[in-house]
Amino acid sequence: MTTPPIVLAPPAPPLLELQNISLSFRGVRALSGVSFEVAPREICALIGPNGAGKSSLLNVISGVYVPEEGELTFAGRSWTRMRPAEAARRGIARTFQNIALFRGMTVLENVMTGSHLKRRSGLFAQAVRTPRARREERQAREDAERVIEFLRIQRYRDVPVGELPYGVQKRVELGRALAAEPTLILLDEPMAGMTFDEKEEMSTFILDANAELGSTVVLIEHDMGVVMDLSDHLVVLDYGRKIADGAPDVVRNDRDVIDAYLGVTH
Amino acid sequence: MQFFIEVLVGGLLAGVMYSMIAIGFVLIYKASGVFNFAQGAMVLLAALTFVSLIERGFPFWPALGATLVAMVLLGLAIERTVLRPLVNRPPIVLFMATLGLSFVIEGLAQTVWGSEVHGLELGIADTPLELHGVMLSKFDLFAAGTAGALVLVLALLFNKTRLGLALRAVADDPLAALSVGIDLRRVWGVVWAVAGAVALVAGLLWGARVGVQFSLSLIVLKALPVLIIGGFTSIAGAIVGGLLVGSGEKLAEVYIGPHFGGGIENWFPYVLAILFLLARPTGLFGERRVERV
Amino acid sequence: MALGDLSLSDLTAPARKSAGEGPIDGPIDEAWQARRRIPLGWMAIILLGFVAAPLLGTDYWFSAILIPFLVLSLAGLGLNVLTGYTGQLSLGSSAFMAVGAFGAYNALLRVPHLPLLAGIAVGGIAAALIGVLFGLPSLRIQGFYLIVSTLAAQFVVEWAFTKFGWFSNDNASGVISAPPLAILGHDFSDPRGRYLLTLTVVLALTVLVRNVVRSDAGRGFMAVRDMDTAAAVIGIPILRSKLSAFALSSFICGVAGALWAFAYLGTVEPHGFDLDRSFQVLFIIIIGGLGSVVGSFLGAAFIVLLPIVMDIVATRLFAGAVDPGHLENLQKLVFGGLIIFFLIKEPQGLARLCRGIGDRVRRWPLAR
Repeated sequence: MTTPPIVLAPPAPPLLELQNISLSFRGVRALSGVSFEVAPREICALIGPNGAGKSSLLNVISGVYVPEEGELTFAGRSWTRMRPAEAARRGIARTFQNIALFRGMTVLENVMTGSHLKRRSGLFAQAVRTPRARREERQAREDAERVIEFLRIQRYRDVPVGELPYGVQKRVELGRALAAEPTLILLDEPMAGMTFDEKEEMSTFILDANAELGSTVVLIEHDMGVVMDLSDHLVVLDYGRKIADGAPDVVRNDRDVIDAYLGVTH
Repeated sequence: MQFFIEVLVGGLLAGVMYSMIAIGFVLIYKASGVFNFAQGAMVLLAALTFVSLIERGFPFWPALGATLVAMVLLGLAIERTVLRPLVNRPPIVLFMATLGLSFVIEGLAQTVWGSEVHGLELGIADTPLELHGVMLSKFDLFAAGTAGALVLVLALLFNKTRLGLALRAVADDPLAALSVGIDLRRVWGVVWAVAGAVALVAGLLWGARVGVQFSLSLIVLKALPVLIIGGFTSIAGAIVGGLLVGSGEKLAEVYIGPHFGGGIENWFPYVLAILFLLARPTGLFGERRVERV
Repeated sequence: MALGDLSLSDLTAPARKSAGEGPIDGPIDEAWQARRRIPLGWMAIILLGFVAAPLLGTDYWFSAILIPFLVLSLAGLGLNVLTGYTGQLSLGSSAFMAVGAFGAYNALLRVPHLPLLAGIAVGGIAAALIGVLFGLPSLRIQGFYLIVSTLAAQFVVEWAFTKFGWFSNDNASGVISAPPLAILGHDFSDPRGRYLLTLTVVLALTVLVRNVVRSDAGRGFMAVRDMDTAAAVIGIPILRSKLSAFALSSFICGVAGALWAFAYLGTVEPHGFDLDRSFQVLFIIIIGGLGSVVGSFLGAAFIVLLPIVMDIVATRLFAGAVDPGHLENLQKLVFGGLIIFFLIKEPQGLARLCRGIGDRVRRWPLAR
């Protein structure tokens, strides 16, 4: 008598897959043959010494830079060259290292721009305020208010973002990215310049966004404590190359990683 | 063929005149990041001051000297009263301030001097000179020579003197220049004074060529395509741009103009500039802007 | 400092702070609806404009003050859409006004039985098309360099309307004159009629612009102005936004141009829409406040009233010691000086100034 074979469900395909990505700026190699995978719904941290190419990698994923070599696969579709607007349409949202908020607008307006792609009515319809335009505007505002509530920045709702303290601006930028209800969210140093308490709060927001929205997160961060707490998966870059890739506990003890941070030449 | 060369050379020489106006812009832009819309008004003012001194019986050289002093003082005054209060503002504000400044200078000039045309004699007769069968204007050649001398003097100033070094440092990175102890306000004062002097030279040459009248301040509109093609930060670019615009304008007027009924000189340089910009968004010699995200 | 970077976002009048920081929980809906509705104060002013002014105004007031004020406000509004909200610097506003005027004139001349308002709309559409044409370079060219394109528009349009007699029905020196101003049989060609016509058109377009500015499209414009890389990453179509801004802005300037020719001057030639006029419109929005609907009106009021005030001051205080030719030059001087003064003291223009005064008045009992 034979027992029926145990069939395990196949592992879910990675949400994001980078294969052999290379990028140069006028002869300076920013990235060399970087390959890794990000599983759906995981929080993946990209770490490494300064100048390792982390921001460049994020720019490649969001379509701001075009890699010389290599291929990206996101949600089953591959491409070698993508435009930022196209990335947005596929469900990728991001924040920037040096805060790229719209200085001339309020917090509410900034967050509302994040969900831009959900609107269908054109300029003329919005000028004459057709029922559909009005409905969409109301919906946009409700969505934005929900995000603002989630991030606890209601009191800043009508303040022009240029007047806000740094930590709050970073939160608003996260809000703008969340408003798009993205599948993948890329965060470029979301905790830079924050106090300990602010970092705690920001970590909560990221974890909640990951849990409730189901967004996959790829973040660049320098604070090791934060990285270890938040991430499921660690990728380490040094001089444009990937030198480690795996679970946080494994990577932190990796010889090459320690050497890279301590500056040992290899 | 000969006709073509004549038109071409005529255009090139006219272009040199444009370059001289453009150089004034480049100087100020290079050192303080301001596009000085009032440069045209300054050229006009220089020409008017000189002419009225001559008409009052002053001999040539003292009149020139007095006007030079006046222009330098004007430059210093502008830096002090208009630019210093606006020092940290965005470039658009500075541009608009120079716009307002041009109105002030023009209004002042018109109130004091009225609007008649004044003749200006530099002692160079506008007689034709024949070279290899091509007719050239003696005056235009003199102007080209002056422009060349001016560029030489400026090049020496920038590259061989300590002051020039300071100017280049400020142009490159004002903050870094500050940190090595360069007095920004002195440097800017000098730059505006030099620009005033350049305006004087340009004013004299243009005034001699077309007479001293109010359309002179519209010269700035001709300089803009020159600067766009040549880039705002390069004197070499101003020369090349001027030559391109001058020759392009003349050639277009002669060869393309008749199909449109003439009068295309006004807008042709602009269309040329647009085409250049589409190919090189920062001009031929300009600095390419790198955005870090 | 790069010429590509205009930093116009630093100059635009910041959005309204809700007085007293609105409710955190509670009826967000109501607060929002309240803000969307046109406040009582404006209703009163509009009522004044439609009822009180026609009853009380004199012909002089209509012809020399109110009508040019309204038309220039409209032109300023158009330029504000492009420069204040979308950050595309333009020195070609009066070229678009010219296209609107000549376009409307030709439409009304050549299409039999075309209603007046439709003709004006056609002029506006023609201006919009030309605007998009000269706006195409904005896709490659950034910031300050863009003025080259609108300046080209300025010169080309002026040249074309002077050179080709067809546009002005072969009238001498390209002059065109207003068609009969009649709507549905009612004649609007007297000063009061022209005023009401202008007021209605300006008001309608102002409401449209206000709606756009507070909508997704408007936020798209401002995003392009403030940081187009980030805007692209969100999915805002930069190309389409810029060209839409050019189209909308030029349409409005075109209508303003038609009104300038028909309702204000009566006859106009191409040189009436020269570079000086473009500068005038730019000054209106600088003084009034970039990125502000109200600012366009304040700036226009300033520009229209300043020469009149100076005139009065010159005749009253200096009793004829200043001759009229000089007056114009002095005006230029004072004007330039005021611009510099404004830029130093209040770069966000009259709109900000007035809001500041309004805030202080509101807080007055509580001020220290």
